[in-house]
Amino acid sequence: MSVYAIDVVVRLKPVINDPQGLSVRHGLRALGFAEVRQARVGKFIELEVEAASESGARERVVEMCEELLRNPVIEDYSIEAARAVDEAAAAS
Amino acid sequence: MRFGIAVFPGTWSDRDWAHAVSLDGHEAVMLWHKEADLRGADCVILPGGFSYGDHLRCGAIARFAPLMAVVADFAREGGLVLGSCNGFQILCEAHLLPGALLRNESLEFRCQPQALRVETTATPFTAGCAVGELLSMPVAHGEGRYVADVATLDELEAQDRVIFRYAPARDQRAAGASPNGSQRDIAGIVNGARNVLGMMPHPERACEPLLGSSDGLRLIRSVVAALDARGAVAV
Repeated sequence: MSVYAIDVVVRLKPVINDPQGLSVRHGLRALGFAEVRQARVGKFIELEVEAASESGARERVVEMCEELLRNPVIEDYSIEAARAVDEAAAAS
Repeated sequence: MRFGIAVFPGTWSDRDWAHAVSLDGHEAVMLWHKEADLRGADCVILPGGFSYGDHLRCGAIARFAPLMAVVADFAREGGLVLGSCNGFQILCEAHLLPGALLRNESLEFRCQPQALRVETTATPFTAGCAVGELLSMPVAHGEGRYVADVATLDELEAQDRVIFRYAPARDQRAAGASPNGSQRDIAGIVNGARNVLGMMPHPERACEPLLGSSDGLRLIRSVVAALDARGAVAV
């Protein structure tokens, strides 16, 4: 078994109104960043999971997203990165 | 009548509910989240609060409590379940009700008296009300914006499952009454079997004239009447 660090991003679906994002856009524009056309706020979740392979780890994280990490009514998710960590310790 | 009141870490309206049901002489039993036991409750209340610190999403973690497994069984068997505020969020996350509750459009926590229009009396929770009647109950939430896809909203309306809508107070115009930006001004819904109610306002905080409204008692009395009709033991 190895340990994999997997990053999950959970985003509000495009059809969901995001007042927090509107506030961020407003704040940025008030600071002089007039080029900001849109801002939306989501969640970033860092996981470390044990698995035999990276693909196995990714499959399990998909299940985690489907069951808990995102609410399918309002959110989409994506796995942004996966990398092996701490393999020496896991092998000992 | 015995009301079972769920208590999660961070629940804040459990004692208010116990007081509210006691006003008519009913018994309140507290249901601890770690125990899969309804303690003989005739009706289960999921009160407001911030269960598990609202971690991940409001109500998302309560779904895994041992208590919720028996609440879900109770609901499937036709038992009456009333979730208010965080209780509504929990019912949605537990898939006992459709939709989700998001940050208020204003991004503000809204704590205020709120007029509600009764949309249907064909439920055990509002049988003692009249369609179109305005009730006054407080809202107190930061995440009460009801959201569902259009097909779900249409289905809720077609099946007469929208039980309350936010309404303007008596002296205001009919638009812009929602404190949170809910789709179609939805303040409360029931499930398809009509025995599970989720609503953002707080009936338990509107049970005495001193608090500005006794309209919350109307729901409690409707529930009691429905349970009496089913043959449960009345106080």
